[in-house]
Amino acid sequence: MKALTFKQGIHPEYNKELTKDKPLKNAKRPEEVIIPLKQHIGAPLKPLVQKGDQVEMGQKIADSDSFVCAPIHASISGKVTELRKVSDPAGNIVEAVVIKAAAEDNFNSGLEKHENLETLDSAKIKEIIREAGIVGMGGAMFPTHVKVSIPDDKKVDYVILNGAECEPYLTVDHRVMVERPKSIVFGLQALMKASGADKGIIGIEENKPEAIASMTDAVATENNIEVKSLETKYPQGGEKMLINAIIGREVPAGGLPLDVGVVVCNTSTAAAVADAIRDGKPLYERSITITGNGIDSPQNLIYRIGTTIGELVEQAGGLTADAAKVITGGPMMGAAQKSLNVPGVKGTSGILVLTKDQVEDYEPEPCIKCARCVDACPMFLMPTQLVNYAKHNMLEELEEYQILNCIECGSCSFVCPAKIPLVHHLRLGKAQVMAKKRENN
Amino acid sequence: MNNEFIVTSSPHVRSRDTVAKIMWSVVIALLPAVFAAVYFFKARAISVILAAVAGAVLTEYLFQKIRNKKISIKDGSAVVTGLLLALTLPPTIPLWTAVFGAVVAIAIGKQVFGGLGSNPFNPALVGRAFLTAAYPVLMTTWKFDGVSSATPLSHLKMDGVSTDTWQLFVGHVGGSIGETSALALLLGFAYLLYKGYVNWRIPLAMVGTVFLLSFAFGADPIFHLFAGGLMLGALFMATDMVSTPTTKLGRWIFGIGAGLLVVIIRLWGGYPEGVMYSILLMNTAVPLINRYTRPRSLGEVR
Repeated sequence: MKALTFKQGIHPEYNKELTKDKPLKNAKRPEEVIIPLKQHIGAPLKPLVQKGDQVEMGQKIADSDSFVCAPIHASISGKVTELRKVSDPAGNIVEAVVIKAAAEDNFNSGLEKHENLETLDSAKIKEIIREAGIVGMGGAMFPTHVKVSIPDDKKVDYVILNGAECEPYLTVDHRVMVERPKSIVFGLQALMKASGADKGIIGIEENKPEAIASMTDAVATENNIEVKSLETKYPQGGEKMLINAIIGREVPAGGLPLDVGVVVCNTSTAAAVADAIRDGKPLYERSITITGNGIDSPQNLIYRIGTTIGELVEQAGGLTADAAKVITGGPMMGAAQKSLNVPGVKGTSGILVLTKDQVEDYEPEPCIKCARCVDACPMFLMPTQLVNYAKHNMLEELEEYQILNCIECGSCSFVCPAKIPLVHHLRLGKAQVMAKKRENN
Repeated sequence: MNNEFIVTSSPHVRSRDTVAKIMWSVVIALLPAVFAAVYFFKARAISVILAAVAGAVLTEYLFQKIRNKKISIKDGSAVVTGLLLALTLPPTIPLWTAVFGAVVAIAIGKQVFGGLGSNPFNPALVGRAFLTAAYPVLMTTWKFDGVSSATPLSHLKMDGVSTDTWQLFVGHVGGSIGETSALALLLGFAYLLYKGYVNWRIPLAMVGTVFLLSFAFGADPIFHLFAGGLMLGALFMATDMVSTPTTKLGRWIFGIGAGLLVVIIRLWGGYPEGVMYSILLMNTAVPLINRYTRPRSLGEVR
């Protein structure tokens, strides 16, 4: 069968062979974790613990009454030594709980275990997902129970699991698909039941044949779930690209996948949902790829949320002498870190370290209007034009040229021969338009 | 542990292409035409090319020096302009005229607008248009194999005599030094296509329009394809990125428009050749074309 795909996009070097065959293994238990109390898009949480409290692994330590939020749980048993402000991987200053590890872990989440989905209805599944603090693990960290709460006037017929993992270097979703296919399928079934969808699809890029084989095998007995292979092309895993490639629907500008009857979740998120339902296990640990030429011995690890990226880097053999840039996430959309003393959070799927010779010093040159950005943009925008408008604060033109439709995938900056940081200007332009809109409301 | 990490915004990887790589690839792609020029017009071709390239590069250097801007002659764009201009000149042109044309091409055609990327017109054609207006006799005196001879197009227009197609294709005819060999130009263009450094929509649309229209109006379409500057213009000038549309639909429109103008000028105009004016005229329409051919963004309702 021909691999499905979207139109335009780019072909960066994937570099997945560094870690794709490295099985997931548990990272060393940290001595201390720094757990940021905001690891989701939505309302801030209130801490449920104070300095000096003893906490158990899996215990809820922060929550809120708001609907759009995801509670946070302790990732080790130990003593709360401090509540302080820290910088998270996105660069936000957030409140965090610091826990010093006890001699050993006692798992106590207080959550029920359910062997199968038959006894659970949609509301109950959403409650379990919420209580387990599950958010989108591809990086966006949108609360999953909110995503599968479908408004009364909408109907969802598909849940699509994103196993594209189109970011170069990262192999974490790949490993989870190879090693835990049944959990992913269970999680998918739960997400389908929660959202009322009757069909499930798992989309995987062709460059992961082991994952495709593993997932295809796992869905062999399911008649409403399919695995679809996707062309290896960036940003294949963008949800709008994924929906367009697999079922040919177009998410309206400014709209959500559920406007076209779809919920999209990451494969690792589905596995976390399965863990929450079957084991009563909240999202306090996750898999991560630690990779790049600046890492001595690249690995795929399972780590406790709140472990600093420095500790994880150490466990992958440490940095090489010429390590120059540390990125959380992948090279296309990840965030560069100025220090290794940053805690990993629920959305941290990778640590990529690039070496000096990989980090070129780009001096932007004049735009020669080659239109490679226009030809690459998966959203069919005109980046070169938008950047001109953004630089001159031309808000009306920015809106007319659909800047809010930009998904910030970075394809335009990637292809630009003049090395203009197009997506950076587009972000600034978007922010201006959004600010103006808020002002008008 | 090293805590001095580089922090920049994403993406953290870039394609290896640069403006300089693209420009120098265009130079490489023009080499077959240069070799053909030297083969047909001997040392004279080399002198004209060197004069125009030197004029272009020097003007760019001086302009940037005086304006205290970064000197960018290494990016190859001035070389491309000088080379393209040279290829449109008659072999008998005095060398000072070639230099003068290159100075105008870079100074008036490019630098006054702000340099690379800001010029609305193809700079080489600005230089050529200037020379055509200022020195019409020098620009239309053709010698081939030591004897004065008309170009195939003017031969047809003035005397009603056509030229052998094969001679026309390989370039064994009178004309500007680099425009005569369609074969050499196509070879170079194929190289750019292979490298992915050129768009094919404009040349296809332009050449296709000329072919179909000249056929429709009873002219010899093969002759019009390979005669005059159509190949050089369509393959290397109408594809100048800076002065052509950025949208796919826009490129079709640009090519069809330019092809239409070529046919109109050739069949009914006062000049035997119209490639230069057709491209320059279409250059003026680029902002408008871009504006009206903006692609529909994914999910946009209009």
